[in-house]
Amino acid sequence: MIDISILGRAGDLPIAADFHSSEGVMALFGQSGAGKSTITKMIAGLIRPDAGRIAINGDTLFDSGKGIDVPVRRRRIGHVFQEARLFPHLSVRSNLTFARLAGRRIEPAAFDEVVELLGIAPLLARRPGSLSGGEKQRVAIGRALLSSPRALVMDEPLASLDPGRKAEILPFLDRLCHESRIPIIYVSHALEEVARLADTLTIVSQGRTVATGPIAEIMTRLDLGVATGRHEAGSIIEGRVVGQDADWGLTTLSVEDQLLQVPSREIAVGATVRLRIRARDVSIAIGATDGLSIRNRLSVSIEAITDESGPYAELLCRVGRQPLRARLTRASVADLDLHPGKTVTALIKTIAIDRREITGV
Amino acid sequence: MPSLDPAEWQALSLTLKVAATALIVTLPVAILAGYVLARLRFPGHGILNGLIHLPLVLPPVVTGYVLLILFGRRGPIGSFLEETFGITFAFNWTGAALAAGVMAFPLMVRPIRLAIEAVDPKLEEAAATLGSPRVVVLAVVTLPLALPGILAAAILGFAKAMGEFGATITFVSNIPGETRTLALALYTATQTPDGELAAFRLTILSTVVAFAALIASEVVARRLARAVKGGA
Repeated sequence: MIDISILGRAGDLPIAADFHSSEGVMALFGQSGAGKSTITKMIAGLIRPDAGRIAINGDTLFDSGKGIDVPVRRRRIGHVFQEARLFPHLSVRSNLTFARLAGRRIEPAAFDEVVELLGIAPLLARRPGSLSGGEKQRVAIGRALLSSPRALVMDEPLASLDPGRKAEILPFLDRLCHESRIPIIYVSHALEEVARLADTLTIVSQGRTVATGPIAEIMTRLDLGVATGRHEAGSIIEGRVVGQDADWGLTTLSVEDQLLQVPSREIAVGATVRLRIRARDVSIAIGATDGLSIRNRLSVSIEAITDESGPYAELLCRVGRQPLRARLTRASVADLDLHPGKTVTALIKTIAIDRREITGV
Repeated sequence: MPSLDPAEWQALSLTLKVAATALIVTLPVAILAGYVLARLRFPGHGILNGLIHLPLVLPPVVTGYVLLILFGRRGPIGSFLEETFGITFAFNWTGAALAAGVMAFPLMVRPIRLAIEAVDPKLEEAAATLGSPRVVVLAVVTLPLALPGILAAAILGFAKAMGEFGATITFVSNIPGETRTLALALYTATQTPDGELAAFRLTILSTVVAFAALIASEVVARRLARAVKGGA
């Protein structure tokens, strides 16, 4: 359980962070310079907030009202930094067991488990200087996990890696996030990482947390375009795998009892998956939709329409209970006479869905 | 190779004893001072820095005279140490070691400070998040990474201690077998009629010893650099 409500400064930028989550992975999302790193450093105890309260799993780490300020070394926040910050003079094994030097216990079974989870067994005898960026970051994650932390904070662990390395490390993060028994705070400015890994999402803009809540809800909020970036805006949809078609390379999902076909992923039938659909990949039709190549036609109801500057309009629709965001021209909204309450068909091209953004839950 | 006469042996062994003692006692203090100057900010930082570097800019004779006043038999510190612990500096080889240590101290603090400043504070932060108290961070992260700089400081300090002259002769005089180190013996030879050969032999001896120390330190430094940077 994460309970954070703090005020402070990052240089000239005032910081006001207020977010809470009950379990799983909490993502802090925002553009570079939004103050995300400062917030994580305040949680870790590396920067002191001016006021407020930080509590993890009910343990208060900072409370300006009660005069509590637990020092860094006793906070037990496993911190993964953007640059791996491995100790260059120690072997990978010694880096992993570093917390022992600080008097913390590392069970041999836990060590083996972490090494296996992150796939770093072949690296143990090597020095950090000879590792690739992705390998370094995996070791850094392992080192943080083995410090018996009460929570794990990952500050843009993939930001300094090239796309190939990111793809190499993401599966490990997937497993970590889904198997971890401690709360994780994951900081990123890449929406695809957040959509894939997080359960709850907090959006940080200019030092303030402007929205927080379940990821599907927050990602479909129409008023957050500035913070998330127009191009990336979209929604998170959950569905159950009901069919695999190897011939055509398609996976069929059931989303609120409607069918959605996506590029195939090797996920067992019956499993629940999550995927991200960008708002600009969703079209709206009223009436008959014959003679189209678009395979996905979901019946949705319009909940809200927001006009933006220029040609754009944003629609928030509902597929059953789940939110779906669509991005149209204002002209189309007028031509089709779209208004809240109306039931329409949402058209989504199968190939517009990035298979890497489909993940098991 | 011509063998050394007893007086030369005496001067050589005394010099090594004095320099080694000065180094062993001064190095930990220099490391502490270097760390404090590099990592801590407090009022009086500039004054401390100035005090530490004072022996570097003062004429050695002045330093030696100040030592004599403070640590001599009747000096406030000297008399206290003699009465309480039975340690005497005046006209004793320990006094020569003290003078050598004081003169070498500022030369050692500077490279140590630079080496500690060059250690990435982000690594120290990371160590703290893993639960390490400051002392552990210093012992397992900061000092090992600064080790090449500390070694350089030790060599510089040892060399300075071996060659110290002005403060030593002022403080503890020039007593054969007690305070007459190689440098003082060489000076004595130059002041003696027909002392050219003795002076020449001592010059060669000093050069050989200094060169050996330099080579040894190069070897150690290279190993250390490899250990710290950590290749494949």
